[in-house]
Formats: sequence, structure tokens, C-alpha cells
Amino acid sequence: MSVAPSPPPAKTSWTVRTREKAVEALPPEKLLPDGQPTYVASWIYVFGVATIASLVVIVASGVILATKGPAWWHYTGIGHFFNSVHMWAVELFFFTMVIHLWGKYWMAAWRGGRARVWVTGAVTFLIAIPTALTGYVSQQNFDSQWISTQAKDAMNATGAGAFFNVTNFGQMYSWHILLFPIAVVALVAAHVLLVRRHGVVPPFVLADAPRSAAGAHSAGGAHTSDGAPR
Amino acid sequence: MNQIVLGVGSGVLGAVFNLNHPAHVVHWHFFEMSVSNIVVILLMLAVFALAIALPFPGAARRRGGAS
Repeated sequence: MSVAPSPPPAKTSWTVRTREKAVEALPPEKLLPDGQPTYVASWIYVFGVATIASLVVIVASGVILATKGPAWWHYTGIGHFFNSVHMWAVELFFFTMVIHLWGKYWMAAWRGGRARVWVTGAVTFLIAIPTALTGYVSQQNFDSQWISTQAKDAMNATGAGAFFNVTNFGQMYSWHILLFPIAVVALVAAHVLLVRRHGVVPPFVLADAPRSAAGAHSAGGAHTSDGAPR
Repeated sequence: MNQIVLGVGSGVLGAVFNLNHPAHVVHWHFFEMSVSNIVVILLMLAVFALAIALPFPGAARRRGGAS
């Protein structure tokens, strides 16, 4: 008894089309490269990954806080510890993200067809701000009471207060531990995949700099002065 | 045990950083900002400048061609 070979996959299948488009956009050697251009060997390039490292600690400590609840994080020593880890990871997240933003702004990181890389990063920063705000008003203490009563006037002035009530703990907690984190993590994932697709933006080439010093690469291919791959 | 350790730790930190008072604020004409926020912004500027100025370990070797 012989088994007939299976026919080639039909082009009409959406899974085949999706797979082919994904591999075309991000072939494995581009998705997980084994080298980066030499210009990446600079401290200014470490703040993006430092931001992601902070986000991992934020999510991990946040999961622990969410499983235990407000009484635990207010009245037990270990609860205080994880509450503090969560808060300081957020401080570090914004600290490193702002330096990453400054570095990318001054090297015009939208060059060479990288507009979507820049936009996903900028939107992540904008979404991270209300993510932090909803965390501050979800603490269940006098600090959250003070912040929410101050913030409600700003929300009401914009009209957002009709559906975004900062004095409603249940609503703010849902935004903080579900909706905003999903948006931030999805945007960060898209941002990283776009960086993989377009490559890390190179620094500006100085007109009077020696060509070997300004344009040397060990991997990642050559680029024009606007950062577009040659 | 954890509470004892954390209690001692917070007591030591509390002796160095007394937070039992309203925030200190810098107020000059229209400008008003808490000292803690100003310190964080100055720290970010300092780290940004250092990240540009300080050499990255192994950068010179990589640019020299040996990777």
C-alpha cells in the first residue's frame, strides 16, 4: 500500500498567504540576527533594551500584585516589597524610555523608511502615561485618593471623564491591569519587529569624517546617509 | 522574619531620607516643580550625556575589523 504525496498548499489558503507574507517580511536570519552593525556598539543604543527589561519586571511584579490584592500589598512585608519593585521598575521604565527617545530623536530615527518604527515608539510612550496614571489611582491609599481627585478635573475638562472615571477604582484597575498593558506590550512587540525588519538606524555620517570610521559595519549591510539600506 | 528585615531596612532608609513632610517645591515665576522631579530630569540628562561620551567596551576593536 502506498501513500500518495500530499498536494502543494493552495495559494487560496489564508494560513499559507499569512506565512509567506510573514517570512517575506521577516526571514529568520533577520528576525534573530547573529550580529549587529558596529555603530550599535555605543551606550546610547542600550536604552531600548533597558526599557524592555524594565517592562518585563513591571509585568512580572504586576502579575504577583494582581493575584494577591490590595490588602496584601498594603499590610504585609513581602507585599510592600513587591509593591516597591513594581513602582521602581516603572520609574526605571520611564527613565530609560525617555533617554531612548532623546537618543532616537537626535539621530532622526525615522530616516530610511523607519517612520512606523518611530510612530510605534512614540505611541507606546503616550499609552504608557495613562497606564502609569491608572496605576497611581489604583493604589487604594490616600495618595491614589489625592491623585484621582486632582486628575478628575482634567479628565472632565476634556470630556473623557464621561467614560474614564479616575475615582472609580474598579474601572481604573481594569484599565491598568488589562487594557493598557495589552496595548503597551502589543505596541512594544510591533516596535521590536519593525526594528528587526528595517535594522537599527545608523548615526549621521559626518561630511569630513573618514569613510572607514563613519560607515564601518560588521553585519547588517551598508546604508546611505539617510539610513536607508543600499 | 521578612517584616523584621524590611522594617529594619525602612528604618535605616528613613533615617537617611526623611519623607515625613510635604514635598519640597522649586517655584520661580511661572515655573513650579517638585525637587524630586527636577532631580530625576537632571539625572536623565546626565545619563544621556554619559551614554554619548563614554566609550562602549570593545567598540574600538569592532570598528578596527576584528569582530
